[in-house]
Amino acid sequence: MTPVSSRPPASKRLARSLHYCAVGLLIFLLLTPLIAFFFNAFSFRWFYPQLFPKEISLRAWESIVAANSKVPEALLNSTILAVGVTLSSVIIGLPAARALGLYSFRGKRVIEFLIISPTIVPGIAVAMGLNINFIRWGLSGNLLGVGLVHLVPVMPYVVLTLSGVFSNYNPEYEQQARSLGAGVLATFWHVTLPAIFPGIVVASLFAYLISWSQYILTFLIGAGQVITMPVLLFSTASGSNNALTAAMSLVFVAPSILILILTARYLSGKSSAIGGFGQL
Amino acid sequence: MGFWERWRIPIMLAPTMAVIILLFIGGLTYGTLVSLGWQPIIGRTEISLQAYQNILFSEQYASVFWQGLLLTIWVSFASTFLSAVLALATALLLRRSFFGKRLATFLYQLNLPVPHVVAAIGILFLFSQSGLISRTGAQLGLFGYPSDFPVVVKDKFGIGIILSFVWKEVPFVGVIVLAVLQSLGVDYEDLARSLGANRWQRFRYVILPLVMPGLLSGSILVFAFTFGSFEVPAILGVRFPRTLTVTAVRFFRNPDLNARVEGMAISIIISIIVFFLVLGYMWLSRRTIRQD
Repeated sequence: MTPVSSRPPASKRLARSLHYCAVGLLIFLLLTPLIAFFFNAFSFRWFYPQLFPKEISLRAWESIVAANSKVPEALLNSTILAVGVTLSSVIIGLPAARALGLYSFRGKRVIEFLIISPTIVPGIAVAMGLNINFIRWGLSGNLLGVGLVHLVPVMPYVVLTLSGVFSNYNPEYEQQARSLGAGVLATFWHVTLPAIFPGIVVASLFAYLISWSQYILTFLIGAGQVITMPVLLFSTASGSNNALTAAMSLVFVAPSILILILTARYLSGKSSAIGGFGQL
Repeated sequence: MGFWERWRIPIMLAPTMAVIILLFIGGLTYGTLVSLGWQPIIGRTEISLQAYQNILFSEQYASVFWQGLLLTIWVSFASTFLSAVLALATALLLRRSFFGKRLATFLYQLNLPVPHVVAAIGILFLFSQSGLISRTGAQLGLFGYPSDFPVVVKDKFGIGIILSFVWKEVPFVGVIVLAVLQSLGVDYEDLARSLGANRWQRFRYVILPLVMPGLLSGSILVFAFTFGSFEVPAILGVRFPRTLTVTAVRFFRNPDLNARVEGMAISIIISIIVFFLVLGYMWLSRRTIRQD
């Protein structure tokens, strides 16, 4: 504790309070759009120029859980897609990440360039090209086709995150386990998996978030048949029911914020993966 | 060398490369072919630049395209520049140790998982003519009617679109910069201070060169994303001019097959522009970093 007698000089105190003001302003500016959702979600007949809604109402929330609401279906579709895309992207990406993290080989830079290129090329060009073929192959307008297209923006971040983990990984422990008589699966389960677990959590977080937030790829490949939360929210936002749009947005965002809070401790220092946030 | 040793790496790469080659490169290639008029399903197999010519030069579409290109470039450059500058400033703000730093950093990152659709709606709630800011102004006696509030969302300069991107991307780039700053520690700066460098010199010659690579890679992602983004300009844009992505999707959704091909051509043009701008940007930034 600092004794009272050694109070900092006035100029230092001024600088410190200015710093607090700046941080406060920053946080205020970042939070106001989010606060606006709570205002709108519980408002009813919120006439101009009332700053706070005079009538607090649960109408929007009632219509979300009403029998004819599309929200449950959209939540289910979004969840199936996000879970399926997360699991398959990690299974698909794990071997490639290991190869890129542990070994150097001819053509490695070309492979790396190809894997990260979907982060630069806009998704619509890819989805439009796939659309016609997906119709022919029966992959248009269903969850399988939409999930396959979600893999395109997801794979770069899964492979990038996991290869970062493998570049600090020592494969000799696996050989030791094998020489002590452990099988391939037992070695993976007891040696490899615990070592790369933090990376798998972060990779899954991004796979989930990118799939969960995906609008345009779902819209182009789902052909109006696959109703996910972003698709439903987008069409609701085009209407004029602000309370419903706000309530739906909160339902849509809540799981992501919760998952981020639960996994935050794995995230610190993984700047290569943070790029995934830019794709939401 | 056994079979496994020889083929280990190709086998490990195969599943990921299958996704990239079949879905990403395959989709892009097929899209390019269709944009060149190649549609074997309806018996068209000759290659032509008709769709590109229509979009770039025809009386009907030229202004839609060129005005749209101008808007798209303006919006993505302005969003990227503002996000990068504000991200650097706010990361420096949060880097000092102060009471409540953990809470402030947590709140700073709270919008990272918020999708762009929601960000656009939030900006609408805040900045529309009857939005929260307009209402606050009205309470203070600044405006009597919603129409007194300036049009900043659904405006033809894309201000609402830029606001929405900046709100979303400042913490995104900021977190990348903050991670770099935290890994640096204070050693370099203490050294510079002991050599007599003042605050500005420490920023310009110590901190800036060290965070530059992170700042640049973050802003490349922001630029590429904003250039090809659909939801934000679709919600916050006007009917004319529309950003190129919005126009491309509108054309593509048109039941007329020719419009579909033209929509495809626009999306290929967008990809080519983004590709070359990112390439040029990387080349320029590498050169700048090396000079420092």
